[in-house]
Amino acid sequence: MLWEALSLQLGYNATLVTLGAMMLGVAAGSTGTFLYLSKRALVSDAISHATLPGVVLAFMAMVALGGDGRFLPGLMLGSAVSAGAGLLAVTWMAARTRLAEDAAIGAVLSVFFGFGVVLLTVVQVMSAGRQAGLETFLLGATAGMLWGEAVVIALGGALVLGLVVLLRRPMALVAFDPGYAAGQGMRLRTVELAMMGLALAITVVGLKIVGLVLIVALLIIPPVAARFWSERVGVVVAIAGFFGGIAGYAGAAISATAPALPTGPIIVLMAFALFLLSLLLAPGRGVLAATLRHLRFQRRVHLRQGLLALAGGQPVYEPLTLRLMRRAGLVRADGVATETGRAMAARARLDERRWQMLRSDPAFEAAAARYDGLTPLEEVLTADQIAALDRGLGPEGIV
Amino acid sequence: MGQDFVMLSLPPLVIGICAAVACALPGNFLLLRRQALIGDAISHVVLPGIVVGFLVTGVVATWPMMLGAAAAALLAVVLIETIRRLGRIEPGAAMGVVFTAMFAGGVLLLEQSAASGVHLDVQHALYGNLESLIWLDGWGWGALMDAEALRGLPPELPRIGGVMLGVIALTAVMWRALVISTFDEGFARTLGLPTGAIGLGLVAVAAVAAVAAFDAVGSIIVIAMFICPPAAARLMTNRMGWQVAWSVVFACLSAVLGYVLAGYGPLWLGYQNALSAAGMIATVSGAILGLAALFGPCRHRGGAPVENGAI
Repeated sequence: MLWEALSLQLGYNATLVTLGAMMLGVAAGSTGTFLYLSKRALVSDAISHATLPGVVLAFMAMVALGGDGRFLPGLMLGSAVSAGAGLLAVTWMAARTRLAEDAAIGAVLSVFFGFGVVLLTVVQVMSAGRQAGLETFLLGATAGMLWGEAVVIALGGALVLGLVVLLRRPMALVAFDPGYAAGQGMRLRTVELAMMGLALAITVVGLKIVGLVLIVALLIIPPVAARFWSERVGVVVAIAGFFGGIAGYAGAAISATAPALPTGPIIVLMAFALFLLSLLLAPGRGVLAATLRHLRFQRRVHLRQGLLALAGGQPVYEPLTLRLMRRAGLVRADGVATETGRAMAARARLDERRWQMLRSDPAFEAAAARYDGLTPLEEVLTADQIAALDRGLGPEGIV
Repeated sequence: MGQDFVMLSLPPLVIGICAAVACALPGNFLLLRRQALIGDAISHVVLPGIVVGFLVTGVVATWPMMLGAAAAALLAVVLIETIRRLGRIEPGAAMGVVFTAMFAGGVLLLEQSAASGVHLDVQHALYGNLESLIWLDGWGWGALMDAEALRGLPPELPRIGGVMLGVIALTAVMWRALVISTFDEGFARTLGLPTGAIGLGLVAVAAVAAVAAFDAVGSIIVIAMFICPPAAARLMTNRMGWQVAWSVVFACLSAVLGYVLAGYGPLWLGYQNALSAAGMIATVSGAILGLAALFGPCRHRGGAPVENGAI
């Protein structure tokens, strides 16, 4: 069942939803990267909650004009207008009043959402108890999605993705260094507005599948996960898009296998699983890599200190140091140094004395800054320089 | 009129006011500490907590659900902090990752369990059910003195009332420590105040208020009341004491006006059904914030009240 879903053999409707969700995920992941890099990820939360009044108002308008009311492009237009109003409200409050951006975000999201809920009850009053089905926009619903709706979603996603590719340079520049970008003659507000506009477009496109409460997850989680894997903007954007695509594709496919697996939450949980994997396993920034790095460093420090103690003829009591030295064959089980141990200890002592010499000499100031008690001097100076240094060491230094 | 009011409108009004005040008080400090969105995060993660509380005990009872919600809120705070430190991620994004994932988990659990039909459903969690908290024994104003009738009050009322009193008492007792550690953490530490514990305690109090209010009125009001009244109050004054006072006034005003508009507004326009009170309370608080942002005397950065014609 799951395999059939993943290989798109679960029927026409499921295939539509899966491909649409994948396109949406790719576009959302790459768009969200710029929001995350400019540290404004949660603005998208305000945008997405602010869509609700627009959806309901568009529904009411279309019903008043004698239409169906559930015509998706019309609802999307309405949601875009009210999300735009919410975005402007956040920007205005953060720029013109003393309130910080997070307060503006919270205020806009709760008030717009509350107003949307009031309007929802108005719809219920108007239609005298008939369910308009607008609640599905809260958490998304893919059952019974129409061909036209899926096409609108996939096209919308593709369009946003195209714009992201076009605008990636200015957006990256503004995200990292707004001052420099302004100095380059870039219009900051325009670029920022474009960035937010793309997030808004993603929200509007994703309403139907993921729902407005959770769409923000697709804009935040894939970029955060992707950031673990690379230090280059282009690569992070690509990986975020890839993660978003996987989450959308697999999430929609899994949710098609059983009725009680709602699409939006499954997609979000897939993205979260990718995030957890990245947090743990990513090279460089991942937790596992950091732990290994720490352990390796700890070993080096312990070994070095143990060797220096040996060279000074002091006994080593620290259990971890002893264990490490025994494992490296530097000391015997009773704590007495082996042949190799004595040789290594002498070298460590010589190295330490050379470093001391170096650090007391102002001519080597730049090299002395690299002293951390671990780096062998051979990695810092040339053989000639070391030989020159050794001449100052005196008889005691040559062991 | 008197009887109808006491039976149908008094309990929701009082509950609304209590919830608004209980959230607005910690909201003031969260706002100044740039942690305003903690309320947003907490009110999202409460959902999985409630569902787990229900699944573990198998009954729709209040206490297990509230405990579950409190545990979920605590877990979310810990997770946000862990992810922020482990992954070196900015706090906003860490929060976004955690609360959306937990909310998604909650919705999934809800759909998986058969709970959807009972009393738990997502809509209920979002908008609450303020209108249904009626007092059938409230036969008139005299019932307020009648022990027998008082026992029939909706149980949410004493709960949120108690939480509100607790929040007020805590704020009053901790006032100096809270204010100092909010404005100048370094100075607070030199005074020997445990700033870390104060920050955590503040978030914990906010979580308790959010869970209690959520139980009664749904999550929209919780988010709105954490942010809108304190934010509006911030634009009115430069004194902390006055800010808190303003925020309480705004919170009460939102609750009363919102409830009245939602309950009676449609009747005045000739319709029969009432609108969502929770949504209307949030809307009114937003309107108040909007007015404060346009005309509040201290709306600009820099602190000094705006003189006529200046700036």
